[in-house]
Amino acid sequence: MVKVRLASRILEANEKIAERNRKFFQDKGIFVINLMSSPGSGKTSILERTISRLSGETPLAVIEGDIYTSQDAERIEQKGAPVVQINTSGACHLDAHMVEEALGDLDLDKIKLLVIENVGNLVCPAEFDLGEDAKVAVLSTTEGNDKPMKYPLVFRQSQAVLVNKIDLLAHTDFDLDVLRRDVHLINPELKIFEVSARTNEGFEPWCQWLAEQVRNKAAAV
Amino acid sequence: MHELSLMDGVVKALLKSAGENDISKITKVKLVVGKMTAALPSALEFAFEVLSKGTLIEGAELEIEEQEIIGRCEACGKEFKTNLYAFVCPHCGHPKVDIVSGRDLYIDFYEGD
Repeated sequence: MVKVRLASRILEANEKIAERNRKFFQDKGIFVINLMSSPGSGKTSILERTISRLSGETPLAVIEGDIYTSQDAERIEQKGAPVVQINTSGACHLDAHMVEEALGDLDLDKIKLLVIENVGNLVCPAEFDLGEDAKVAVLSTTEGNDKPMKYPLVFRQSQAVLVNKIDLLAHTDFDLDVLRRDVHLINPELKIFEVSARTNEGFEPWCQWLAEQVRNKAAAV
Repeated sequence: MHELSLMDGVVKALLKSAGENDISKITKVKLVVGKMTAALPSALEFAFEVLSKGTLIEGAELEIEEQEIIGRCEACGKEFKTNLYAFVCPHCGHPKVDIVSGRDLYIDFYEGD
């Protein structure tokens, strides 16, 4: 019998490609966000609003992750942003290799912001680095304020969380104070933006924050 | 559900190493899984069983060591065991804590002939 010590990291292959992606974005001065949430929280609607608000000043492109369909990509295309669809064919998350492949289908020379919309899932996407600058989580008031405590990893790793469907707050049992307390226990530096993709409420602070990140990244090249 | 893709990486790494070391049958595999990863041991075990079928790993014993989350306070520098839900220093109450361990996910060793 032989014993072989490996100490081989399971996500090493993904991390290597993620680093390659990160270097690529760095060289081009593109700020990249990895947008994560559970299904139906409003990632695509938020993205539509964000594109409308930012597209004049910030050239952006989108990579849409979806298990089978291209419905979300079609919505983004209608907003006039270049978009590539990744169908994961059953996989519950995007990985760095899928993103690397998708980059070949986008003209990124004039792009300053790339949004990668991950597959709707609060668990698995948190584990796979894509080479992004910031993870951004979306949580909607109709889902309940217990999500950070149930899925802490994604909130620990994110730089910002958008609390969507804030226009419905009065009709739910969602407790904003409890949410703020919980996310700040998990991640004291997490920025919280309260928005409604339906009414456009709260988009200004979010878009300003995003535009500032984009400017800082572009200035660092 | 991503345990399947994680385990796919494990099986590939094992088969590659077994080939390099002239091992024709793997009998035991030890994984270290940090509690701060989103990988569930029971799902990893299931994925291992499915993916090792028909390979030289089939039937091997899988041992999973769960690694505790250890934080280090940025203010007072003390280290402490914590859980995923409260990254606040229990000694001085400072809210900024670095994760020292608990994020690992790796193959420690395997045994074979």
